[in-house]
Amino acid sequence: MRLLDAEGHRVEDPRWALDLSAEEERSLYRDMVLVRRFDAEATTLQRQGELGLWASLLGQEAAQIGAGRALDLRDFVFSSYREHGIAWCRGVDPVGMLGFWRGTAHGCWDPYHAGMANYQVVVGGHALHGVGYALGMQRDGADGAVLVCFGDGATSQGDVNEAFTFASVYGAPVVFYCQNNQWAISEPLERQTRVPLYRRALGFGFPGIQVDGNDVLACLAVARGALEHARSGAGPVLIEAVTYRMAPHTTSDDATRYRSADEAEEWAAKDPVARMRAYLERTGRADAGFFKEVDEEAETLALRVRGGCRAMPDPPPTAIFDHVYAGPHTLLDAQREEFTAFQAQFEDAP
Amino acid sequence: MAATTLAQALNLGLRKALEGDRKVLVMGEDVGRLGGVFRITDGLHKDFGEDRVVDTPLAESGIVGTAVGLAFRGYRPVCEIQFDGFAYPAFDQIVSQLAKIRTRTRGRVTMPVVVRIPYGGGIGAVEHHSESPEAYFAHTAGLRVVSPASPADAYWMIQQSVACDDPVIFLEPKRRYWDREEFEPGAGAPLALHAARVARPGRDVTLVGYGPTVRVCLDAAAAAAQEGHSAEVIDLRSLSPLDTDTVARSVARTGRLVVVHEAPGFLGPGAELAASIGERCFYSLQAPTLRVTGYDTPYPPSRLENAYLPDLERVLDAVHHSLAY
Repeated sequence: MRLLDAEGHRVEDPRWALDLSAEEERSLYRDMVLVRRFDAEATTLQRQGELGLWASLLGQEAAQIGAGRALDLRDFVFSSYREHGIAWCRGVDPVGMLGFWRGTAHGCWDPYHAGMANYQVVVGGHALHGVGYALGMQRDGADGAVLVCFGDGATSQGDVNEAFTFASVYGAPVVFYCQNNQWAISEPLERQTRVPLYRRALGFGFPGIQVDGNDVLACLAVARGALEHARSGAGPVLIEAVTYRMAPHTTSDDATRYRSADEAEEWAAKDPVARMRAYLERTGRADAGFFKEVDEEAETLALRVRGGCRAMPDPPPTAIFDHVYAGPHTLLDAQREEFTAFQAQFEDAP
Repeated sequence: MAATTLAQALNLGLRKALEGDRKVLVMGEDVGRLGGVFRITDGLHKDFGEDRVVDTPLAESGIVGTAVGLAFRGYRPVCEIQFDGFAYPAFDQIVSQLAKIRTRTRGRVTMPVVVRIPYGGGIGAVEHHSESPEAYFAHTAGLRVVSPASPADAYWMIQQSVACDDPVIFLEPKRRYWDREEFEPGAGAPLALHAARVARPGRDVTLVGYGPTVRVCLDAAAAAAQEGHSAEVIDLRSLSPLDTDTVARSVARTGRLVVVHEAPGFLGPGAELAASIGERCFYSLQAPTLRVTGYDTPYPPSRLENAYLPDLERVLDAVHHSLAY
């Protein structure tokens, strides 16, 4: 399914009507540019030693902004560690996202405030959490849905398949959103599946749909439709957004060891941000002033992110004992006391 | 006052928990219509409905993983894992998710989930149905690990575990499910969830057990008494946190410690107690801490389990060794 072709021509699909104002379309472009600039800045910060690691979303802006913008306040998201664009749409401060990668905390935003759980690092580990949350919504009579985001590699995980089963048999209000970015670190899609991933859903008894993941309009339309389906009580949906991880897996990875420059070039021609820009330019929905403004806003964001990241303080050492338990725990309480006393004997104790 | 089995006491406790808070759910394989393979949830499905007593697909990771999501949403799920050996498919969800979400979210998200696991041997079962996995869980920060040894404790401790805002691994000594005790449900006040209990006072040696081995220790203490030795028996009740204070107070008087558990000895609770009591009671100890445990082998076929499990003779033998130092 696509609503914009690779050159940015609008394609109509009667099943997926999408009626957006020019302003809404411009804001989708703006979001994509801003998260791309944020992502580039994070990569730079990692190279400069300010972050321990960064998992780039480069190339997946349309897939993430499209789905992220389909959500509303009733919904809740469980995601992997690459969904910075979804977090952006949930109002999470990008500086806050970096704490995880800098090593100041394992989770850097309030999940209930954002309507989105913190990054999940165990591949596919969160899919069941999304289904459980949706089962709670079902029991509460809530009218929202859960968006569970994962990649092509995660579809091989037992937990993701168990999540499909649980969601299916209970008719849970869940949209499984698989960004198939073609690579699970060095392993190509062929190592995960013999059938297109969206077709997995059929075997579990719910609809699956494949969408051009580099087409922000299509991703938005399909995610909106799927969320509406789930919210209405009709059960889960699997979306496969076909996209491409233009950067290495993380800043620790070297993608030149396993994929060709030709392939990267081929996908560069399908760049999701360039495609939306071409569409906005061709149709006159945005002018040069708009693009200039967005680029300037992106630079301002990058500066803010850089400053915010570098100013982020390390937590006090006793933080290692915080929040492990809700109530007293004799062992930890004694260790904290011992640790505090040990630290206090040094002159430079905090 | 009627004699109640440990299984019935758990059922009564779960019923009280379900009555007391509509956010409490019971979920697992066969826990609904069947009432669980050990009938611990018998009748709950009928009385509380399928939304609160939930038959799940046959997938342990799925049970715990969805319980994590339900807790995210404000529910208090009580999961049943059918047998000890089937806890491992859920290991990642227990150890990397359930145990760590409170830390990951800096206290914002609470995980009041109970994972009930019938554990231990002695019932003549086939492979994977007789294991003692407590060390894995007690080794994991963020989890609480408890095990009742008596019907009264089972009744109270399951309710305390459900009321606890932290995840609790609730280990049920399956060979004691049918042990009876006279107690009045609801009467009296329970001991704190993580407090150890002196099950039999004594002077010469301290025997420490929990779950299925408390009965073994009591029997050994009775046998030792006939030989003129006075053994104190402590029921740990909780493995995380461990009530080392109660054990240390006892050892300070007796000077001798024997720890008894079915789990393999290497890096087990006995090893932890030997170390921490050694640190705390060095000058009181008359003998090194001895451990009577399952051997460091896979749990054997049931025809051999009597050779594997700590029994009266092995505990008594350890008592003799301790007293001979």
